[in-house]
Amino acid sequence: MNEARMVKTTCPYCGVGCGVLAEVGADGSVSVRGDPNHPANFGRLCSKGSALAETIGLEGRLLHPEIGARGASWDEALDLVAQRFSTVLAEHGPESVAFYVSGQLLTEDYYLANKLMKGFIGTANIDTNSRLCMASSVAGHRRAFGADIVPGTYEDLELADLVVLVGSNLAWCHPVLYQRIVAAKEKRPEMKLVVIDPRRTMTSDIADLHLAIRPDGDVALFAGLLAWLARSGLLDRDFIAAHTSGLEDARAAAEELSPADTAAVTGLTEAELRAFYELFAHTERTVTVFSQGVNQSISGTDKVNAIINCHLATGRIGRPGMGPFSVTGQPNAMGGREVGGLANMLAAHMEIGNGAHRERVQRFWNAPTIAARPGLKAVDMFRAVADGRIKALWIMATNPVDSMPDADRVREAIAACPFVVVSDISAETDTIRHAHVKLPAAGWGEKDGTVTNSERRISRQRPFLDAPGEARPDWWIICEVAKRMGFRAAFAYASAAEIFAEHAALSGFENDGERGFDIGAYGGINEASYEEMEPFQWPVRADEIEVALSPDTPFSAAARRGEMSGRTKGGALRFFADGRFFTADHKARFIAVRPTPQRETDAEFPLILNTGRVRDHWHTMTRTGKSPRLSQHSAEPFVELNPEDAARFGIGDADIVRLASRHGEMLARALLTERQRRGSAFVPMHWTDEFSARARVDALVAPVTDPISGQPASKTMPVRAERFAARMFGFAVLRAKPGLIDADYWGLARCRGGWRLELAWAAEHEDWQVFARSLLGNEPTADLLAYHDAANGRHRFVSITCGRLAGALYLARAPLAVFRNWLVEQLADDQAHSRLALLAGRPGKGQADHGAIVCSCFGVGASQIAAAVGDGCATVEAIGATLQAGTNCGSCCAEINTIIAANRLAAAE
Amino acid sequence: MSHGAREHMSEKLVIIGNGMAPGRMLEHLFEQAPGRYQVTIFNAEPRVNYDRIMLSPVLSGEKSFEEIVIHCDGWYTKNGVTLYKGHRIVAIDRAAKTVTSDRCVTEPYDRLVIATGSVPFIIPVPGSSLPGVFTYRDLDDVNAMLLAAQSRAKAVVIGGGLLGLEAAAGLNARGMDVTVLHVMPTLMERQLDPAAGYLLQTAVEERGIKVMTQANTMAIVGDGQVEGVELADGTVVPATLVVMAVGIRPSAGLAKEAGIAVNRGIVVDAGMRTSDASIFALGECAEVNGQVYGLVAPLYEMARVAARQLSGDESAAFVHSDTPTKLKVTGIELFSLGDFADGQDRQELVLRDAAGGVYKRLVLKDDRIIGTVLFGETADGAWFNDLKKRRVDISELRDNLIFGQAYQGALPDDAQICGCNGLFIALDALAARAA
Repeated sequence: MNEARMVKTTCPYCGVGCGVLAEVGADGSVSVRGDPNHPANFGRLCSKGSALAETIGLEGRLLHPEIGARGASWDEALDLVAQRFSTVLAEHGPESVAFYVSGQLLTEDYYLANKLMKGFIGTANIDTNSRLCMASSVAGHRRAFGADIVPGTYEDLELADLVVLVGSNLAWCHPVLYQRIVAAKEKRPEMKLVVIDPRRTMTSDIADLHLAIRPDGDVALFAGLLAWLARSGLLDRDFIAAHTSGLEDARAAAEELSPADTAAVTGLTEAELRAFYELFAHTERTVTVFSQGVNQSISGTDKVNAIINCHLATGRIGRPGMGPFSVTGQPNAMGGREVGGLANMLAAHMEIGNGAHRERVQRFWNAPTIAARPGLKAVDMFRAVADGRIKALWIMATNPVDSMPDADRVREAIAACPFVVVSDISAETDTIRHAHVKLPAAGWGEKDGTVTNSERRISRQRPFLDAPGEARPDWWIICEVAKRMGFRAAFAYASAAEIFAEHAALSGFENDGERGFDIGAYGGINEASYEEMEPFQWPVRADEIEVALSPDTPFSAAARRGEMSGRTKGGALRFFADGRFFTADHKARFIAVRPTPQRETDAEFPLILNTGRVRDHWHTMTRTGKSPRLSQHSAEPFVELNPEDAARFGIGDADIVRLASRHGEMLARALLTERQRRGSAFVPMHWTDEFSARARVDALVAPVTDPISGQPASKTMPVRAERFAARMFGFAVLRAKPGLIDADYWGLARCRGGWRLELAWAAEHEDWQVFARSLLGNEPTADLLAYHDAANGRHRFVSITCGRLAGALYLARAPLAVFRNWLVEQLADDQAHSRLALLAGRPGKGQADHGAIVCSCFGVGASQIAAAVGDGCATVEAIGATLQAGTNCGSCCAEINTIIAANRLAAAE
Repeated sequence: MSHGAREHMSEKLVIIGNGMAPGRMLEHLFEQAPGRYQVTIFNAEPRVNYDRIMLSPVLSGEKSFEEIVIHCDGWYTKNGVTLYKGHRIVAIDRAAKTVTSDRCVTEPYDRLVIATGSVPFIIPVPGSSLPGVFTYRDLDDVNAMLLAAQSRAKAVVIGGGLLGLEAAAGLNARGMDVTVLHVMPTLMERQLDPAAGYLLQTAVEERGIKVMTQANTMAIVGDGQVEGVELADGTVVPATLVVMAVGIRPSAGLAKEAGIAVNRGIVVDAGMRTSDASIFALGECAEVNGQVYGLVAPLYEMARVAARQLSGDESAAFVHSDTPTKLKVTGIELFSLGDFADGQDRQELVLRDAAGGVYKRLVLKDDRIIGTVLFGETADGAWFNDLKKRRVDISELRDNLIFGQAYQGALPDDAQICGCNGLFIALDALAARAA
């Protein structure tokens, strides 16, 4: 029989890269918890990480290769892929094929995809969804440092006296880092937090200063800071002279803006600016964290450099508690950058435009060719698919039909492409439905390899489950296609360890300190050592430690943290402490940046649309959408609007809103809140056709990119918002996933015991009972309870099968006030239900609804927390002791704090 | 004044009938005008006042007669009431102001109250007087049926109304094989809409009682003894006991013979006074505003008014109100009230749970309840009755009205009206409240 076992692995979500302990019980059940020894999280996990065990079920998995709509053997599918790519190559040349890959691939997979494309097919037409995530940071780093290097470590966030968060809703998007900051701030209350974000987010609720900046006002803000520092005589002259160049140009550009101009462009008052500038100027230990609000912009690269300029100008880089800090969104965006898996990079931090580098990589790979020039970046790649230049496309582990800007055009392009291969774990995504060949990939918990987090820490993802059906690791799939294309010798890998060893060897190959990315010490790593490999930060040069080549000397003994040269206690190593950068003259570059004209709204499109994330979902929900816990926090697509804007457009709370741009349109629920800046709207990017009727927000986003990084500007799209004239609204809970949903608007979410569904129609059905039967199931054994108030258009239906609630549907001509959470609980509850309470859609007297779910881990609602505060719980800890809320992953602590504060405020009156 | 009081004490109040209505009237009267009247009652039944509504449990064996007595002998003694048990009044001499019983007792009156109740309607078909044919009106009927039930196996109840179904349930509980014949398509069609009537039929049938609707009785057949009921289509339903429960008629013959104005019942004004100012009538025999009543609530209202009038309050007036109907069959919950016909100006709320045996319908007009049918779950009947009586505008309650009182009350402030996280809204609301 199987024995219970525990496997150390890494979380597959954001770029924090938390260590996870997966425990597999003797019965095969899986539970996860944070790895207390992993230096990224020291045991913490966020709500998403905590719910990982809910996402590994086989529901919706692609388990067998498919050609067209039929199942196929691996041999048949691989032969077809290889043959079609070879044919296109032969007939149209290397520029006619493309790979579109992903920051969710493991480094080993990524390395091989890049190797196959650039060294064997002979084009750089390999780009990645990381282009949508941090390409601007890459470009900014390279301009300033001569290499794509994040200088600092997570520890700096705790050592800093000032943390500036720019375009980062850390509380929701990188919750474990947020918690580390909160914990540090609790220990040292004098530590300051500044949040720069157009929205008042959960993160901003704990900030000492929140600057609700105008969208894309960041370049002006930091240029203004540079000018202010210069004017105030607060520059670090010695550091600037010794280690940088270009200050004067940067300063001159910055000073083109008067303080009044800066205020106008940023939408902030001069007093607000001054408060921030003073704080920055007089706090030596300052870390500036930036994320998508910086990167996803037409001026993303300039924003990155505007920030770095300020750190260079104050010499605050490479020292404890200081530095610019890009935090990535993806689990392995950094790994992708390291292998060079982007169209404008070569491999292992070598340049595609550098002949010596090309020659070196080709020689190392013993490759027949090498890509001679940058390939097509994501937006251009799909343009090329659309106009027929790309004739064969292989998409791995990503969902561009939902995540790319101008998503409807991308969908059309993919649908029209002569040959599309998709490797994925999901059988149903908006992208895979257009694939000619579907290849079942191994998923998290099944695959084996490494990922790199935002502080350059490489950690192992280890398998603890057998790959289901015929699913295979991505590296194996790539090798098999490569072999069939005639590249057998270069792709004859037996394991992920062999690939990692080659990748590591290339990083150190003829490096000699020229390239920052160097893990040459791992160049000869063997299977056993790879298996044992503990998380480590790069660089680890070949001469720094000896990585075991034989199984008898386990690597972990040699590479224990703290033994490596140059590392602080805890294993942290900072770049640039020595003032040496990777430019030709080893000096960092100031970049002269000027504000780019902001995206203009007009009468037709009067709002600026900001796309982003919610706390409990990830990307296009292929994973988190399977988790009942995670699907409760935000159970349908929504648009946050300022109440004044909403009133202007005739939109009421909980109305359905039609958002439209020149590129596309979508429907979402209106969520009116003062937290949203006037003139702008916020829509999460997670919803797809799998979970909603028309809520793919990227259909609205223009394919406008940062001219340097090629990263799309996903957060500043001019749009129009109008009330969708819904005649009928509905809410349903369902035990079984519904098939076709005959509604103009719907949002489907997993819940414990089944599914919950929000609905709206522009016209009434003739007979709602017919719709109810089709939705709730037509089983003859089901009994259907009904309530009708025909004159008012109120109908309710409850279907009961074998004594259990099979489904319930509630309809009204206005947004429905039903006890959603209570109904969801009834679905999960196998006990006898009060049939009439179910039909009423609310509990009878004495039973309360828990309100909006705050704590996903324990399912605790806002009403419960508010009641506990009323009963005297005054701290997050007290709430935790009473209700358990916030005691597992802690992702909701910001929300709990806000409820405590609001209730205290209410009580004080 | 004391002299006046003594004078009043000499007033003679005679009551013909000892049912629930005059019993209630006396209770009011003794409270409002203690000692004013010297009261004499003639009761055709040889017993005290009992709760006629509870005869069905007596029939079914769930209660004994003693348990349903309202006024025991001591009550009459204590209140100085002379009760002639088993005396049927055969004549009223309005000129002499006396009444005379079938046992030749003549009693003078200053005020007379006629409360002769009603008599069951006997369908005029051949065989209706055969031995073994019963009505269902008083304790004597119950006793006769119980006696008959001991030796007879098959019962037919003609009439699928309130009384007929109660009789059927009672006989069924006594072990008889019971068939209900009902001339209309659904049971209790005067109180229930067809949907509820159908549910009721199912519930009745589940107890082992057969129900035949659209069954038109043509004759009761039998040779010196009931043997069956013949229907219009020729079917003969075998029976050794037949209960006629097809309705009642006001018992107004005595008044008519005395020259008092009689229509369907004894005509009274709103003060319960007949065409003879000294004579009042109340109960099932009385007709007020053209309407006769058979349910206890309006009869009690009559008792209240008559007592006020007899106490000297001439302004007391009868107010009509719809009365809920309840079926007293254990395990069948049924409540019916008011008007529930369809109409252009009416809206309805309907709740159906066929498998759960629950049906509820509220008929609304101008945002007020005008009719209610509850089947299977009737706990909120009283509340609906109250809302209807007080003509409460139900628009605010409408969404959960039919689910009853337990489902009223506003949703909490943070109740969600959508599936996106309402937390921001809740927080903003809290902050706004605090500000």
